[in-house]
Amino acid sequence: MTQPRTLYDKIWDAHVVEKRDDGTCLIYIDRHLVHEVTSPQAFEGLRAAGRKVRRPDLTLAVPDHNLPTTARLDAAGHRLPIADPESAQQLAALEANAPAFGIRYIDAVAPEQGIVHVVGPEQGFTLPGTTLVCGDSHTAAHGALGALAFGIGTSEVEHVLATQTLLLKQSKTMEVRVDGTLGFGVGPKDVILAIIGKIGAAGGTGYVIEYTGSVIRDMSIEGRLTVSNMAIEGGARSGLIAPDEKTFAYLNGRPMAPSGEAWEKALAWWKTLPTDAQAVYDRVVTLDATDISPSLTWGTSPEDVVPITGVVPDPESFADPSKQAAARKSLDYMGLTPGTRMQDVEVQNIFIGSCTNSRIEDLRQAAAIARGRHVAGNVRQALVVPGSGLVKRQAEAEGLDRIFIEAGFEWREPGCSMCLAMNPDKVPAGERCASTSNRNFVGRQGPGARTHLVSPAMAAAAAVTGRLTDVRDLLGEAA
Amino acid sequence: MTPVTSVEGKAYPFGRKNVDTDVIIPAHYLKTITRAGLGRGAFETVRAEPGNVFEDPAYAGAPILIAGDNFGCGSSREHAAWALGDMGVKAVIAPSYSDIFSGNAFKNGIVAVVLPQEAIDRLLEVAKDNPITVDLESMSVTTPFQDRFSFEMDPFRRDCLINGLDEIGLTMAREEKIGAYEAVMAAERAWL
Ligand code: SF4
Repeated sequence: MTQPRTLYDKIWDAHVVEKRDDGTCLIYIDRHLVHEVTSPQAFEGLRAAGRKVRRPDLTLAVPDHNLPTTARLDAAGHRLPIADPESAQQLAALEANAPAFGIRYIDAVAPEQGIVHVVGPEQGFTLPGTTLVCGDSHTAAHGALGALAFGIGTSEVEHVLATQTLLLKQSKTMEVRVDGTLGFGVGPKDVILAIIGKIGAAGGTGYVIEYTGSVIRDMSIEGRLTVSNMAIEGGARSGLIAPDEKTFAYLNGRPMAPSGEAWEKALAWWKTLPTDAQAVYDRVVTLDATDISPSLTWGTSPEDVVPITGVVPDPESFADPSKQAAARKSLDYMGLTPGTRMQDVEVQNIFIGSCTNSRIEDLRQAAAIARGRHVAGNVRQALVVPGSGLVKRQAEAEGLDRIFIEAGFEWREPGCSMCLAMNPDKVPAGERCASTSNRNFVGRQGPGARTHLVSPAMAAAAAVTGRLTDVRDLLGEAA
Repeated sequence: MTPVTSVEGKAYPFGRKNVDTDVIIPAHYLKTITRAGLGRGAFETVRAEPGNVFEDPAYAGAPILIAGDNFGCGSSREHAAWALGDMGVKAVIAPSYSDIFSGNAFKNGIVAVVLPQEAIDRLLEVAKDNPITVDLESMSVTTPFQDRFSFEMDPFRRDCLINGLDEIGLTMAREEKIGAYEAVMAAERAWL
């Protein structure tokens, strides 16, 4: 009998090329996603050393961070130039590097283009039991399909390109179990905010989180991607969710997923991956679904979470003096006074998008709130940015674009958009944004921008009322 | 990589906790396609604060940075390490780092020393007016006042830093093993 193992252990063991005496392992990487921001210096390094990409067939490149989300083609179907010369240069570098190194490339105007972490699962590039990396910390998202996925730096990107491996030390494992049934108006984003609020922004450092429990099992793949996406916001490099029938149904028939006999073989192996009943995690954290409310952040760390019915906390209420100081700084930056009801805080900007919340289900949830309502007068910008061209088309087929446009939202082209201020979509200094993205750091959405992380439904609710709003009030009474 | 055995000199007595990568280098500096020149954007938001250590001429060009818990949290951007390197920082001392940051620092020849908070508090005090020394051979941080704080470091990383070894080159030398693994996978998990 082999030792009972966790999902993480099983994937790890299946990828060890070589184990060194000090415990460091050379780990094989099955899938590598490349985007324009963290790759130019890696290709530059390969060129300087005269190295090739070892497995271009396991590598997929797609631009997302810098792309403007306004129309990309003119009326005649020609590509429109990118105004910002630095963005244009980065995008041009990827467009040149991909073919030069023989890498599959989805270009800016391809129907499949989108945010790397939306495209990977959608194309079936992300598969259970694989190791998947990308030069981006939200690579953790792919763990929703049972892939050991994590963000890497550019030197590691170069290392993977050249060798298809990484030198790694095994992480500790943390089970985050969420049991029970979610309350009315509570969704996956609220779940992950509650988790981060509980473990803290550094609570998962050194761990790989496996999300378990009935709430996770009952969740759709889209919802799981939202939860897994933000593992890094709790300090963990990877999040994992055991693959199950939902995972298999989601992947079956995707363009890059195996088919026919290969599918059957893959499926048989994937079914062996879930954590064994007797396996032990290094740490276990449990949450009860009934304790989770529609939530949002008040400060500049993703751990600064309160229920929407709550108030801006008093920095003095924190036990740790360094946390008190951090809270004072946060509140100063956020322009908030302790004791203010979160629901009384006005917002000027709304962002529905990012790799956390830009999939079809997210857009449906936001549209359900926006339907028949209108963006409030004090809201200056309300963007809906689908995560990929395929999500956009699907939404248009369902008429969601009409709902948003009629309600006064802007319907944009796919990309990272206002999640980070690298493209023209920014929150002006001193203004506030209800955002479905994953980071509320100082300056993340633009210099001086104030971010409140929320679910898609809560973002839509904030848009139509002009202030942070309990989505349950707009959904009507609980049954 | 240039070998590093010790880093000696002034240290920025920064000490702040949870310094995220957006603070180290804001996103609008990430559009570069080379590794050089990012030092000008390092700690931009901190530099705007009155009385900050980075604009204080007393510490200009310091090769050491002393920080608080969870340094380098946030994004995986290696630009954070490049920015530190470009501003001349060769060693950081903090109680803890984000996993990705410490890896990135190492890969760029920046020594990331872990010391307990008490040691950090003492070093912050000393560094206000005095140089300090980070020595990789003896794995210790010392001050002109006989303070001596030992630290631990992964032996492989230490070896690479001291000898200036290129990790990619080292891995490419394992070609036979990688090829053998691929051959097994091609048979066992052909769908990959
Ligand atoms: S949407 Fe935001 S978090 Fe996701 S990959 Fe883009 S910039 Fe990163």
